[in-house]
Amino acid sequence: MRRERIVDVLIVGAGPAGLATATGLAAAGAGEVEVVDREQEAGGAARHCAHGGFGRLALTGPQYAERWVAAAVGVGAVLRTGVTVTDWPGSLTVDATSTRGLERITARAVVIATGAHERPRGARLVPGTRPAGVYTTGELQRAVHVHGQRIGTRAVVVGAEPVSFTALDTLRRAGVEVAALVTEHPRHQASRSRAAEARLRQGIPLLTDATVAELLGRGRLSGVRLRHRDGRTAYLPCDTVVFTGDFVPDHELARRAGLPLDPGTRGPAVDGAFRTAERGVFAVGNVLHAAEPARVVAREGVAAAVAVRRYLCDGDWPSASVPLRVTAPLGWVAPNRLTPDEPGDGFTLRTTEFVPHPTLAITQDGRSLYRARHRRPAVPNRPFHVPSGWVDRVDARGGAVRIALAGRADPR
Amino acid sequence: MTAAESAGRVLRSGPPPGTTYDVTVIGAGVVGAAVARELARHRGLRIALIDAANDVGEGTSKANTAILHTGFDAVPGSLESRLVREGQRLLAAYAAESGIPVEPVGALLVAWDEEQLAALPTLLDKAVRNGYREARIISPDRLRAREPHLGPGALGALDVPGESIICPWTTTLAYATQAVRGGVDLHLDCRVLRVDPSGGRHELTTSRGALRTRYLVNAAGLHADTVDRLLGHDDFTVTPRRGQLIVFDKFARGLVNHILLPVPTALGKGVLVAPTVYGNVLLGPTAEELDDKTATASTAEGIALLREKGRRILPELLDEEVTAVYAGLRAATEHDDYRVSAHKEQRYVTVGGIRSTGLTASLAIAAHVTELLTATGLDLPAARELPPVRMPNLGEASPRPYRRADLIAADPAYGTIVCHCERVTRGEIRDALAATIPPGSPDGLRRRTRARGGRCQGFHCGAQVRELYEEGGESVSG
Ligand SMILES: Cc1cc2nc3c(=O)[nH]c(=O)nc-3n(C[C@H](O)[C@H](O)[C@H](O)COP(=O)(O)OP(=O)(O)OC[C@H]3O[C@@H](n4cnc5c(N)ncnc54)[C@H](O)[C@@H]3O)c2cc1C
Ligand SMILES: Cc1cc2nc3c(=O)[nH]c(=O)nc-3n(C[C@H](O)[C@H](O)[C@H](O)COP(=O)(O)OP(=O)(O)OC[C@H]3O[C@@H](n4cnc5c(N)ncnc54)[C@H](O)[C@@H]3O)c2cc1C
Repeated sequence: MRRERIVDVLIVGAGPAGLATATGLAAAGAGEVEVVDREQEAGGAARHCAHGGFGRLALTGPQYAERWVAAAVGVGAVLRTGVTVTDWPGSLTVDATSTRGLERITARAVVIATGAHERPRGARLVPGTRPAGVYTTGELQRAVHVHGQRIGTRAVVVGAEPVSFTALDTLRRAGVEVAALVTEHPRHQASRSRAAEARLRQGIPLLTDATVAELLGRGRLSGVRLRHRDGRTAYLPCDTVVFTGDFVPDHELARRAGLPLDPGTRGPAVDGAFRTAERGVFAVGNVLHAAEPARVVAREGVAAAVAVRRYLCDGDWPSASVPLRVTAPLGWVAPNRLTPDEPGDGFTLRTTEFVPHPTLAITQDGRSLYRARHRRPAVPNRPFHVPSGWVDRVDARGGAVRIALAGRADPR
Repeated sequence: MTAAESAGRVLRSGPPPGTTYDVTVIGAGVVGAAVARELARHRGLRIALIDAANDVGEGTSKANTAILHTGFDAVPGSLESRLVREGQRLLAAYAAESGIPVEPVGALLVAWDEEQLAALPTLLDKAVRNGYREARIISPDRLRAREPHLGPGALGALDVPGESIICPWTTTLAYATQAVRGGVDLHLDCRVLRVDPSGGRHELTTSRGALRTRYLVNAAGLHADTVDRLLGHDDFTVTPRRGQLIVFDKFARGLVNHILLPVPTALGKGVLVAPTVYGNVLLGPTAEELDDKTATASTAEGIALLREKGRRILPELLDEEVTAVYAGLRAATEHDDYRVSAHKEQRYVTVGGIRSTGLTASLAIAAHVTELLTATGLDLPAARELPPVRMPNLGEASPRPYRRADLIAADPAYGTIVCHCERVTRGEIRDALAATIPPGSPDGLRRRTRARGGRCQGFHCGAQVRELYEEGGESVSG
């Protein structure tokens, strides 16, 4: 009872990454390029980010999404919404559900572009009761911008990274007073102007070195208990709490496909050409590095289209690649596999601590490949880039390449 | 037409009807709902099932470990031992008929040190004394072959093949649905505040007004002692024993094949790892004696303890994402057994102290309570079989609607997935909102469909599910 279909390229996820990949492929005449998305509308997470700042033209999220939808459809990509890929029965075959029934789609190449979500309260192991009024930014944005729902009256925002400040904007739009921003870090991780705007113009205090120790209230949230690093606790009354940031890839499909994940990003491990461990299967966008801005994932999509097209033409797939590993306080690196002789476009890293002038040390089997002091500080929840000039020195048959901060012991 | 020949009503507001009920059951948890269902089989009785909460199963019945026990480790000769054993068979059969998800995964009681290993023969013997003969002691090699992800150091196990996992939400809802369809009036948001005798009847003062009844069943769970005192009894005190649990994401399901039980100690049954019928993995529960009957919050200490235990049992489990953390309260008393008693002169039956096995025992408790009611003088008309209910499938062992081409072809709403993590379709949400007992909150909708219950907890679908709930709620009540 499954309709069987064959396409040239199947792209799962019509966010900026998937749409940019589709646009690149369809424009290059890669045959039948189909993008499916489980939502009723294409555009991905950008769709519910009503604020501006997307792409070079600083469009709003929905405008930005719209632009990519138009681009993909304009060059002949087939875009189907309301189609959920539910399973991965074969190496290049997926199962899907939609109102038209069940399908089994086989492609010459499959691109996973399923995006990311923020870890909710439970996944962050925040104790307490389970009242209503607990959100992530994503849910908050959809509730306010897409569904026009009432939120509450007084909120605490957990996190002080860029997305946390967009949560402030959404809360303000919904008429919710914000009691405080709370971050476990010693400083906020957004731009100075944004933080100052919130603190000075809107009068929202930033509580640093503090975590939410407990949610209180039955039925509806009544407040949160905070714990400061020094052990002091404080009670903040509120009826809404928004857990922001702490993104994790929507890697379900990748795991169903049996693709090895990177232990740091928790997305499928890929090399600089977006190749996963499975021949013909690519991954792109925030499923690889949750979360980077839309313009970054769209740029990746454009690059991924070139890589997929090359594969469709020559069928080449590297037989081996060298894994990249990070050492704390580095949290992850993407891409996280190296295919020798392919320098790629550089690497994105995350740190879990502030480091004023990090000296990055990249080694393989004890041999130094790269060492440089960066002038810019490494900030948690913000990208930190490393160029790829050293990649040609990697030994294709050697062990994992390790990225660490110099002066920190490698616990290996 | 008498009330019992047509369906009962589900009322959440307004005063209860002025008529006198024949039997009223206080508490619409799994036990009270089972009792109401059993009584509904006797045509011609006017029955009320009432609960203080705005939905069925809002108490302990929604927050347990969801195991259909064999009762192998009960206190031999106790009422609990008998009712668990009988209840297990009854519920397994009922589940098969009603579509309540059950998976007969079996349990392994794992010994982690010499002392625990030495305790296994005693437990085996206890199982036999409880009438359970299928248990076997197995070697560490066999254990490892069956649970390859188990942490290092396990010395052996007691294999209890009869233990199953079940869906507690559907169970309570199935009983209550069948009861209502069989004529029982379900009064929700209706807290019993006082009980007064009035000329061969009980007059209940509730938060929604007066309700009269000839016979009364107290199945108030954690508050069974309070209600008992309203009738002048001081036979037991409920001391809530909190159990906190961590639900791991579906990808953890591949790590565990059985319910992994610890060897019980004097402090309780200990922390287990068990699959759920929804395809997740549970780690828990803790056992904390409290005095607050509303203390269903999780704590940092509880979570830390569970993670420490879980790391020993199944180290890889800790690398998986957590879906949710929750806590339930067992209705423990100072006694080592259920406290079920009949008070003939008061036409009253107390069902108290249904501690950690009430889900399993529910149907047997219901049969027992019905017998006790007869002994107190209730004239029971002949029993009939109620028309079977068919519950929506929340389990992963048989195809959910999104995987059924036949359903989608007949109704495309089953092809529209709303909650992506749990694969809940618009059709299922619509059905739940229009069901005999509609949910009283988005959480109630979650327990009926799983919508918003997955790894993202609403990041993707929360706003839409709330919207559907609010629209559906209007059309149902309007
Ligand atoms: C709350 C929030 C605020 C943000 N703010 C900004 C900002 O201010 N500026 C900025 O530049 N960026 C912002 N971003 C990031 C930006 O939205 C993302 O970078 C971008 O949308 C990621 O694109 P993507 O294509 O990788 O994934 P997504 O946009 O997440 O798209 C993934 C798509 O895959 C679909 N999908 C997933 N699984 C399946 C499946 N099994 N079957 C079918 N379809 C599937 C999803 O429905 C989704 O549409 C924000 C993100 C969030 C969540
Ligand atoms: C952590 C934990 C794990 C468990 N694991 C299992 C297991 O694996 N297998 C198993 O079989 N059992 C298990 N149990 C036990 C099982 O959950 C309980 O025995 C069962 O749910 C009890 O049901 P109940 O109907 O007696 O109580 P409840 O579900 O608590 O129902 C009582 C109802 O009475 C209502 N009520 C109280 N006072 C009033 C009043 N004054 N007026 C109106 N209404 C009132 C409440 O609102 C409530 O809904 C576990 C329990 C816990 C806590």
